Amino acid sequence: MTPLVEVKHLVKHFERGGGLFRAKTVVKAVDDVSFVVNEGETFALVGESGSGKSTTGRCMLRLVEPTSGEVLFRGQNVLGYSSGQMRAARRDMQMVFQDPYSSLNPRMRALTIVEEPLVIHSIGSKTERRARVADLFELVGLDPAHLDRYPHEFSGGQRQRIGLARALALNPSFIIADEPVSALDVSIQAQVINLLMDLQEQLKLTYLFIAHDLRLVRHISTRVAVMYLGRIVEMGETTQIFANAQHAYTKALLSAVPATDPDAPRARIELDPAQVSHDAPLRQVSEGHFAAV
Amino acid sequence: MKQVPLLAVENLTTVFDVKPRPVVAVNDVSFEIRKGETLGLVGESGSGKSVTAFSIIGLLQPPGRVAGGRVMFQGRDLARLPEPEMRKVRGAGIGFVFQEPMAALNPVMRVGAHIAEALVVHGLAAKAEARGRAIELLRAVKITDPEKRVDDYPHQLSGGMRQRVMMAVALACKPPLLIADEPTTALDVTVQAQVLDLLRDMKKQFDRSLLLITHDLGVIAETADRVAVMYAGRIVEQGTVREIFHHPKHPYTRGLLASIPGGAAGSRLQAIEGTVPNLSVLPPGCSFAPRCGDRMDVCATAFPPQTPAGGLDLSTVAPGAKVEHAVRCYLHGGQP
Repeated sequence: MTPLVEVKHLVKHFERGGGLFRAKTVVKAVDDVSFVVNEGETFALVGESGSGKSTTGRCMLRLVEPTSGEVLFRGQNVLGYSSGQMRAARRDMQMVFQDPYSSLNPRMRALTIVEEPLVIHSIGSKTERRARVADLFELVGLDPAHLDRYPHEFSGGQRQRIGLARALALNPSFIIADEPVSALDVSIQAQVINLLMDLQEQLKLTYLFIAHDLRLVRHISTRVAVMYLGRIVEMGETTQIFANAQHAYTKALLSAVPATDPDAPRARIELDPAQVSHDAPLRQVSEGHFAAV
Repeated sequence: MKQVPLLAVENLTTVFDVKPRPVVAVNDVSFEIRKGETLGLVGESGSGKSVTAFSIIGLLQPPGRVAGGRVMFQGRDLARLPEPEMRKVRGAGIGFVFQEPMAALNPVMRVGAHIAEALVVHGLAAKAEARGRAIELLRAVKITDPEKRVDDYPHQLSGGMRQRVMMAVALACKPPLLIADEPTTALDVTVQAQVLDLLRDMKKQFDRSLLLITHDLGVIAETADRVAVMYAGRIVEQGTVREIFHHPKHPYTRGLLASIPGGAAGSRLQAIEGTVPNLSVLPPGCSFAPRCGDRMDVCATAFPPQTPAGGLDLSTVAPGAKVEHAVRCYLHGGQP
């Protein structure tokens, strides 16, 4: 296992408020987060809203600037890159966003949306780019005859495929997928998840999968980190986390997932915030399994 | 003696008069809710589940209108009730909880005022005592520190708390029926679990009936007694929660259940191919046929009639007997 991405002590603080007579408050959105994503795996960041999982992903691509820490991509700290270097680096690290409605420019045709990364990096002639986009369309299961359509002419699932085609345009090796299916209907979610898994195999992609749906995470990820209030509270192999959760928050989160069997016993575990020591460091509980307990 | 259901929706059809041709958003929908029972109405976006709810309580906005059928509630047809009468039913007869509590609560009204308004409008409390009742109700929906929270504005509350306030408002007039439209969709999973527990408590404690509208089969499995599955404006299958989850008959219901991740990690999910159809250009015959793996020639002829699940011939069922599990699919009988 070769690490592709290493996140070390990542911190992102947002300052809030602050007026003439009011002190600024600091929100610790990401608070000393460290993890490694190995080549070819799907590493999931799970947590509820406000846990810092999306901010962590955005910091890694410097869509927001982290306060401190390191993000090593193939051993190089991208946080030290100049903006030109960063632009070049992003050819290899792409992002797929949650909302296929707001992440595609409604006034641009699908072709223009998908070829934009190629234009920015001055790759190919106009005809070559069109051919490349047609290939990408086929790769993600869209009809290349629809290249000149606008986003509103596609369904939600198809729009998410357009977003994916755009992310794949530059042949990246690492993709951060931030809740890529949570805005889609149940019957469409499965199609897109299957596509993500197929593409991973075909193109040898490494995924950082940011999600709140634990059923989905259990299905597609190799390893999981659970975030709570800006920190990773538990991390390990997916099977370790689901079968042998150690942290009180992980246990509460797992027990809250509705069972899809009406006869399943309901054993809700409520989280008592007083039980959680916010400063507890991650420690190893078994081989590859860490928890802040 | 046959128990009269609390709510009986009979052949409800709701049409949106839009150009170029009207769209039938709810098509010949029938179901019942009995006293103390929770019916889960499940479907994807555009299936017509929310429009069904809005049709029941008469809150459809033009160009939408109820074009046919009856909504029988406490002996009256709500579809034909004049608006002043309907206003009395809303709140006192049927309480409503919406998906997005921030949009449903007035941002410049304190929490207590929302509840007090419901009580005063329906003549259930004088202004002076309304505050006390509001605090009681907030306590009933498990809001901590209700004496303090009653004076908060909606923006001071978290999403889960706002949804509880919505429930307190909906329950203020002790309506026998509560309609909850995606009440937990905007909430985090741990908060969702708390709100679902609360809905179950409320039902048990006050013997309320509940129409729970959701796209999440997990929420249905946890909360509902019976389930109706909607697809493209029609109920394609309904039955007890155990029947639907353990013996689903309609290929769409089976597909939905199979597409929930839960099998071996890394295995392919069983997706339903294709997309939800556009209601303005529905195919002839069964609307699910274009996506259905079990499609037969007959499916393109006419929408299948409702038959008892398991291929029973309707003529073998005693007249007036309740069919507890019914499906609309030619695989399970029926003729075009």
